[in-house]
Amino acid sequence: MKISSGTVRLIIPAASLAVLLAAVFYMQPRTMSYTGLNLLFNLAVPIALATIAQMLIMAVNDLDLSMGTFVSFCACVAATFLQTSPAIGILIFIGAIAVYAGIGVVIHVRELPSIVVTLGMSFVWGGLAVLMLPSPGGAAPVWARWLMTAKPPVIPMAIVASILIAAITHFIVMRSSFGVVVRGVGGNYRSVERAGWSVLRLRAATYALAGFFAVLSGIALVGLTTSADANIALRYTLLSIAGVILGGGEFVGGKVSPIGAVIGALTLTLAGSFLSFMRISPDWQIGAQGAILVVVLALRLLLNRLEKREKNR
Amino acid sequence: MITVHERQEVVAARGIRVTFGAVKALDGADLVIHSGECLGLVGHNGAGKSTIVNVINGGLTPHDGTVSYSGSDAAHGIATARANGVRCVFQELSLCPNLTVNENTRIMHTGLKGWNWRSRALKLVETQLAEVFPGHDIDCDSTVDDLSIAERQMVEIAISFAGVRERPKLVILDEPTSSLDAGLAAQLMSYIRRFVGQGGSVLLISHILGEILSTCDRVVVMKDGRVVADRTASEFSTRTLVEAMGNVVREQELHRGQDKRGSTPVLSMPPRRGRGLPFEAYRGEMIGFAGLGGHGQTQALLDLYLSRNSNWWPSRKEELAFVAGDRSLNGTFPLWSILKNLSIASLGSLSSRSLVDADREDELGAGWKKRIEIRTPDMNNRILSLSGGNQQKVLFARALATTAKTVLMDDPMRGVDVGTKQEVYDILRSEAATGRTFIWYSTEMDEIRLCDRVYVFREGAIVSELIGEEITEKNVLAASFTSGEAA
Amino acid sequence: MNAPRTLLAKPWIWSFVATAAVWIITILFTGGASTVGLSQAALTFAAFSVIVGIGQMFVITLGPGNIDLSVPSTMTLSGTLALKLMDVQDSMIAVGLLLAIVLGLLVGIGNYALIKLLRIPPIIATLSMSFVIQSTAIWANRGLRIKPPETLANFTTSSLVGIPNIALVALILSALAWVLLEKSIYGRWISAIGQSTFAARMTGIPVDGTRFITYALCAVLASICGYLLASFSGGAALNMGAEYLLMSIAVVVIGGTAVAGGNSNIPGIWGASLFMFLVVSMLNTYGFGAGFRLILTGLIIIAVILAAGGRQSTR
Repeated sequence: MKISSGTVRLIIPAASLAVLLAAVFYMQPRTMSYTGLNLLFNLAVPIALATIAQMLIMAVNDLDLSMGTFVSFCACVAATFLQTSPAIGILIFIGAIAVYAGIGVVIHVRELPSIVVTLGMSFVWGGLAVLMLPSPGGAAPVWARWLMTAKPPVIPMAIVASILIAAITHFIVMRSSFGVVVRGVGGNYRSVERAGWSVLRLRAATYALAGFFAVLSGIALVGLTTSADANIALRYTLLSIAGVILGGGEFVGGKVSPIGAVIGALTLTLAGSFLSFMRISPDWQIGAQGAILVVVLALRLLLNRLEKREKNR
Repeated sequence: MITVHERQEVVAARGIRVTFGAVKALDGADLVIHSGECLGLVGHNGAGKSTIVNVINGGLTPHDGTVSYSGSDAAHGIATARANGVRCVFQELSLCPNLTVNENTRIMHTGLKGWNWRSRALKLVETQLAEVFPGHDIDCDSTVDDLSIAERQMVEIAISFAGVRERPKLVILDEPTSSLDAGLAAQLMSYIRRFVGQGGSVLLISHILGEILSTCDRVVVMKDGRVVADRTASEFSTRTLVEAMGNVVREQELHRGQDKRGSTPVLSMPPRRGRGLPFEAYRGEMIGFAGLGGHGQTQALLDLYLSRNSNWWPSRKEELAFVAGDRSLNGTFPLWSILKNLSIASLGSLSSRSLVDADREDELGAGWKKRIEIRTPDMNNRILSLSGGNQQKVLFARALATTAKTVLMDDPMRGVDVGTKQEVYDILRSEAATGRTFIWYSTEMDEIRLCDRVYVFREGAIVSELIGEEITEKNVLAASFTSGEAA
Repeated sequence: MNAPRTLLAKPWIWSFVATAAVWIITILFTGGASTVGLSQAALTFAAFSVIVGIGQMFVITLGPGNIDLSVPSTMTLSGTLALKLMDVQDSMIAVGLLLAIVLGLLVGIGNYALIKLLRIPPIIATLSMSFVIQSTAIWANRGLRIKPPETLANFTTSSLVGIPNIALVALILSALAWVLLEKSIYGRWISAIGQSTFAARMTGIPVDGTRFITYALCAVLASICGYLLASFSGGAALNMGAEYLLMSIAVVVIGGTAVAGGNSNIPGIWGASLFMFLVVSMLNTYGFGAGFRLILTGLIIIAVILAAGGRQSTR
């Protein structure tokens, strides 16, 4: 029985999430309940959405360093304009998505490194967010609040949302024609071009889609926190990259997995709770996240080596 | 058998001329492919095979001559060629390695639109695979990365032969059996016959002459950008084919020195990939690596160089120097001046306490500018301001300016004009006389004949060693092409 | 030779032109009252950006994908640990500096070990490393805020003939870096690697060794900057490095260093650092808030990269 490398790549993230969850249940049996799970995974929803956005950018071999400030910007828009005058709020979001598509076009046409362009954009988004909300404030739109605090039967909202996100993005990225061609651009853009596709249009569309998911992430975040500030999601840049990597994605070659990315985001969220249950002082929590990242990458390298040896035999 | 003139022309290229700088890649070549025939195309390196393939598939616009598809020469380009049913399987892998087999089918066949494309693509590629390679065990839902090289080649061939609504009219196969074993190669050849029997056409390029002779209806031999023979396959034998590729004129006599092989080689390497002959080089020798392009010569040079050079510590004394052939890939530093490009390999001897001595560097630059006649007013001009030939001279000077006793050359004369070539040959001869060893991969027969000893490469290994008078075009060609089926 | 024309061809000249323009505008607006104060503040704060910027520049020179994200956490950790070790004693100043340098070396070794052993892109390797360093800093920073030794604090806050000492230190480091970049074999090597790693390898350059030294150098400079910044601001704070992550990259890009690698310059970092500080203070004097300042910074970076990207590809 041959197992595809895509499946193998999903095994590690899924296994690490399971192990982590088991450890948390073991240490705090009370978390094994509806409210317990909801508390553990609540913050995972916006992180998962941001991770999906980052994953789309990484599918075409780019990297978005403005993810954190952009999600913060979206959260600020959601807590101010979207709440007071929804039409203007939606217009702003559409404009922001158009800007994302524009960034994709500029990067493709001028062959610029995505890292530096998005670095510049991170200042712009951050500045716009500060202009809107110089100090923490605003209020979540009622529907966003309702959505994020909804209590569906049996399974808590955070889990339902994560599964939905994973399922929808899996369909878009892994099953649909569009997703196939986008990943093809990451894998071998010359042969995609040769077959008659416009790589420029594909890249613009990918960036726009990433912008859309980042907007959703901002709205979800405000729905959870009820108010916003300009620095609310700065960590998301690093978290989203780490989430994609943890979920089995790679920086180049169009090798991404939406299910893995969502699992990666859940793992990162859970790692925080796990460390506090372990009574590891909060000082070391960030460090432990770094260590987890390194361990997972090392494991993956080992697995790739074994796989290669198997193949050569 | 149906006679040829009753058949339709699928693609006709007539009087094609293509020049790259000073090099005439195609010099008035004609190539006509009719429906229902398999055309074999053979020739040595630089004969113009790949150039004419690129003209036919629309990737290259000829400077002169006409290309017509199914009798119409209204448009030219990749899109036109595709629309007229021309497909191409390249030597380099052109699948997306991160996608599955049926996803790759989707990308290559833009016609597979709409709902349920996945199962249609799967059916398409599976049927085609089963038709070309009956009994294969490729899972079309697996990622291309997980397939072996042979399986990838099989998938690529199958995708090219498949058609969503209508089948391709012409499939160009460039060395399709290079990574297939004998059984699979035979399956492919018999499929080609069936495809041709149903009215399709195939253009087959291969270094295995047995394949060409047994599969093709007609064989075209190219040489120096021209078609030198165009006959039905039955009129050729392996021997006459090799002769047709070679030079008709008698080879000129070259003055050769005596055997320079001493007792201990300065450089050696065990047989590559566990087969073929080992490699050895002795002081003052000029050694040629011959064979068809892409059969492992460059890799052998890289392995030789990298195995004797630390990636962590600066070496005290340079043992080897390397002259690149693909200048933009592994030769020039495009942002730098000519002088910096020249001196980079010998900075160690130009500096004191790790600081580069500008005066000594200028001196070195001026010396080499004179010696190899780099045509520039100022050595501080950018390297890219030079012509290709002069850039290549700078790369030679870079290697020769070092203290290295052995110089590796990776087909360095590609695209260089004749005058420059003669200048460089003279320098090489005088350097060899002072005891330097040269290991020279070249795709040009004239250069191979300058060597004392030649190793011929085929499929990644050294298959033949030719010494002195044995170095003739005929012997090199005979060793580069196999007569029988692939091993 | 035409001197003005050769000067105009330098990629760094524009950052100085812009700096001068902003300086004059600000002075005009304030009526010349704050000329000395503004210039001194600009030199001081630019100096910190220059020191980390130089390190980041060496890393960026190595070519696409090379970047060090562990700069801010390294600054924080070295500032924290050095002040702790010195414990307000003047006699320990040199020991503290030595600690900062050793710390930088360790971070550099760690960074390159991750890059090489796990074969991961530098961006994620230095990111993981920065998590670990940041945690160590948080752990070390607990308890009272320790003041720097008095002599050191005085040194960092005073000036010599009107030029802040910090700026002098940065100037000396810049001069050393300039020699390293323009005159030494090492400088040639990193430039060669940045233009084409494969070609560099094939001319006998020890690529791994050179890249390792570069990452170590960057971490050491960040470490020294953290040591100085903590002494200057009267103690280490956990977020003291935060703004230097983007700043270190921004000054390199604005200063005219090629983002694609291979072509760098030191003067541009000075121009860009002064410019960044002066833009902030100009916007402040005009009464613009932090928001506008950030947007403008971002737009400047993008404008510069758009202009520079074109130049790179045409010639």
